[in-house]
This record gives sequence, structure tokens and C-alpha cells, in this order.
Amino acid sequence: MGAGDVPRMRVCGESAVSVQFGDQIDPRVNARVHRLVAALRDAAWDGFGEAIPAYTTLLVQFDPLRWSTDEVTNRLERLLMDLDDVPGQESGRLVEIPVVYGGAAGPDLEALAAAHGLTLDEVVALHALPEYRVYMIGFTPGFPYMGGLDDRIATPRRATPRTTIPAGSVGIAGAQTGIYPLESPGGWQIIGRTRLVLFDPQRDPPSLLAPGDRVRFVPIKGAA
Amino acid sequence: MSLRVVSPGFYTSVQDSGRFGFQRFGVPVSGPMDAFAFDAANRLAVNPPGTAAIEFAAAGPELRTEVDCLVALAGVGFALEVDGVAFPAWMAVRAPGGALLRVVAIDGGGWGYLALAGGIHTPPVMGSRATYTRAGFGGLDGRLLQPGDVLPSLPARDAARFAGRMLLPEFRPAYSTAPVVRVVLGPHEEAFTPAGIEAFIGSAYTLTRTADRMGYRLEGAPIQHRAGADILSDGIALGSVQVPGSGQPIVMMSDHQTTGGYTQIGVVARADLPLLAQCQPGVSQVRFRAVTPDEARQAYIMQQAALERGIWQPLEDTAAFAHG
Repeated sequence: MGAGDVPRMRVCGESAVSVQFGDQIDPRVNARVHRLVAALRDAAWDGFGEAIPAYTTLLVQFDPLRWSTDEVTNRLERLLMDLDDVPGQESGRLVEIPVVYGGAAGPDLEALAAAHGLTLDEVVALHALPEYRVYMIGFTPGFPYMGGLDDRIATPRRATPRTTIPAGSVGIAGAQTGIYPLESPGGWQIIGRTRLVLFDPQRDPPSLLAPGDRVRFVPIKGAA
Repeated sequence: MSLRVVSPGFYTSVQDSGRFGFQRFGVPVSGPMDAFAFDAANRLAVNPPGTAAIEFAAAGPELRTEVDCLVALAGVGFALEVDGVAFPAWMAVRAPGGALLRVVAIDGGGWGYLALAGGIHTPPVMGSRATYTRAGFGGLDGRLLQPGDVLPSLPARDAARFAGRMLLPEFRPAYSTAPVVRVVLGPHEEAFTPAGIEAFIGSAYTLTRTADRMGYRLEGAPIQHRAGADILSDGIALGSVQVPGSGQPIVMMSDHQTTGGYTQIGVVARADLPLLAQCQPGVSQVRFRAVTPDEARQAYIMQQAALERGIWQPLEDTAAFAHG
């Protein structure tokens, strides 16, 4: 499925319907996911709950006492007909994230550079150059899955995940980059760390980043 | 008004109906494992739906009351002792000030709920009092309860006259150690071979000991994929049945992560999630039965109606009203 195809609806139990716009990580597909998020917000239908955006899908949750899956599917189909007219969030906010690369802050940087035949500075430059897109947030509260990584530094996850990764760690997994908001176990290749607080339950909104945001990493010197 | 924790029991936390509105930021909903028992406890304690209560598993807490209050226990495998006098679950009970409330496990406690008229008033986080221990927020400091903890409540002066209210047995879910759990197939039905789907709905699965508020791992006939277990991560519904490469299903429970990258063969009907939640790790044998989304919806509508109609009110109440 590509960016222009007819979305596919899948029933997820009696209380949710998933709308799938494609099957590849693609900014145009993800932009359609976010246009549906905006359209649902504008529609503000009673008995519709949260919607969870992901790479190519939107999981729409609703109150089964109020709606059947058929009724919800029909409403979503009508909404999708006009979807491409809805002004979307193609250009979300741009958030700059200062990062200390390498050393104790980025224990996998050296091995990653060696594996690609690059210097440390080249890896940092390639990571800090693009503008990334926050495709979705998941895994733990506030963890952004970002796409747009340069192929030259795309790297598989570590064979053995670490049991503890400090909060603020910036990592690479395949063609994605992400940031661990909370100390947690994980298998991403850790190349740096930010002091920004990605997730604070007492803040409104609690997450620094939202799905659809754009992100740029800014290399800084100093201890993480 | 407050309750003091004398001994916490096992996995005891404050839960309300859940933290809604933040799943897009990766924040799980949390809330009760057995939403029916939780709702029943609140109804019996004359609280508004969703009021924060105390959840525990396998072994119940001991609590000291401060003033006269009304409490209600609901769940599977527990009874309530008030200063040594035993009362059954699914009943509203009056407790005097300074009383010792002991929730005792009888023949294998599952998940239990103790609701207090007036509710538990710990500070809400992101609009909810539900405890999410993995990230350490909600409830009391984002953690399980400990001896000496004080749970604040609001006064509920007239509540005591509702003592004796019961949820009649025929209106409760058919809890069992060998439940048949209804499931709506999909969203990734096509990712499995016909034999894989037949295994899932045609054989019994044992609940393993890897079962917590996040997910229940089951073990039984392997569920075969057509071509791999991994998908691009997408949103997960409560009760989704994920099948990783091992072919052994994992049901997503209250603290489940908001997104995941495994194929999902089905979603447990909301009305039957309590049956699954109350299964005993290492013991219970679960069978899944495929139903349509409308059948699952009707089951949930009927269950909510049962909660409404099933509460029996003792006649003394009327007398208490008459005397003012």
C-alpha cells in the first residue's frame, strides 16, 4: 500500500477500529494519519475516545455502549472521503534537542562509527543534520519513534539489550532514532544523551514531543 | 477521614477507572484489572462510577478506619473481616471508627477491590488516581502501598444507611478456573494460517506465571503465522491478543503499552476481560470462543445492565429513611 491508496479499516474488538493508510514508513502516509487525527478532533463526536497514531495506522477508540463497530466504520469512511482537503499537520512544531555525543553519554558511538567506517565526528554530523519526524510515541511514556535517519548510520539494535539505559539517552535502531525518556531497559544503540526532560507527569502536556512534531539534534560539548 | 494501611497485602495499589487522554504520548490507561468488580464495589459503596478504590491480588490488605464509614469488597476469592466479624464480598458493610478491616483470601484470591464511601483522594496525575508503577506515577507516589501509608478520603456522612446492599450472585460474571472467553478475531487475522486460528479457538491455554497488570502470557498449542510475527508498530486495544514468534499468545491487560510490533490475532470481549483477569497463574485453563463485534458489544451492554439491576437493597434501608 502506498500513500495515495484507499485506507483499510480493521475492527479491534467491540471498542476500537484501526485505520491503516499504508504498510511502509513514509512521511506522506504518516501525514494522512495525522490529518485523520485532526479531522476526528474537529468532528468531536460524542462517545469517541482517544485515538493512537502510529507509523501508518490510527487506532480509534470509542464507547461500545454508544456505538457499534459498523456505525463507527461508516462515520470514519465519510470522514476519510474529505480527508485530503483537511489542512493537516504536515509541518508540526520544530523542536531542537541539545545532545552530548559519545563518551559515557553515548557508549555505542565508537563501535557504531567503526562498523560503518566513519569517524566519530562524521557520525555526529550525519545524525545532527536531518530534520526528523516524530512518527509516533510508544514503548514507554514519551518515547518518540523518529524517522529520517541517514542510511549511512542506520544500525540494527544491539544483539543483547542493556538492562538499564539512563533517561535522556539518544539511540539508533535500524533506520529510526529515538530518545529514552525514563530510565529503562532497551536494545537501541546509544550514541548520546540530552538533558531535556522528555516526560514529566506533572507537566501539561507531560510529553515534550507530540506525534507529528519535527526534531533537530544540536551537538553540544560537555558532560551529559 | 482516612484509611491507614496496617499491612498492604500483595500488589496493592490505588486504582480509578483509568488515565484517559494520554495514550498518544505513550501513557498506558492503567485502571482496574477486573473492571466489573471495581464498578460493583463503587456502586455498593454509593460512589460515582470510576471513583478511586484499593486493588490487590492474591492476598488482601489490613486497614484501620479513622471514623465510621461504609466499605464494599468485590472480586474473586476474598472475604472481609471487620474487627473479626466476617462478611462476604459483593456487599456494603458499615465499619466503626478505629476498626480493623482485614481482607482475607479464601480458596485462592484473584484480584479484589475495596471501595470506601467517599473514595480515595490521593492527588490526581494527568487527571487520574490510577497507579502506574512502571513509570512511578499516580495513586500514592506512583508505588504499591506500604505499612503506615495513610489514604485520604472525603467524608460520606449518610453512607452508613446503605450497609447491607448486595450484588446478587446471578448478576456477577461466571468466574471460573476454566473460563470460556469470547474474542473478536482480528485485526491481523490474515497473518495466521487457518491451522493457527483453529489452534487458538479450538484448544485450551494455561495461564502462565508470567502474568501481571501489563499482560497475561498463555501457553498451549502454538499459533502458526503465515509469514512472521512482526509488523510495523501500531496502537494496541485493551484485551488484544498478541502472538510473537513463539506462537504463544499474550493478552494485553490494564497497564499494557500503548503501541506494539507483534501481530494480534484477536481482542478479548470487554465483558469477558474480568473472567480472564481473575484466572489463576499456573492453574487456569482458558478457552477462546470467536464472536462478532456486535455479539461482544451486546454482551457488554447486558453486563452493564446487570450491574444496574443486580443490586439488592435491604428493607431496613426504607425504615432508616422513614425515621429520617
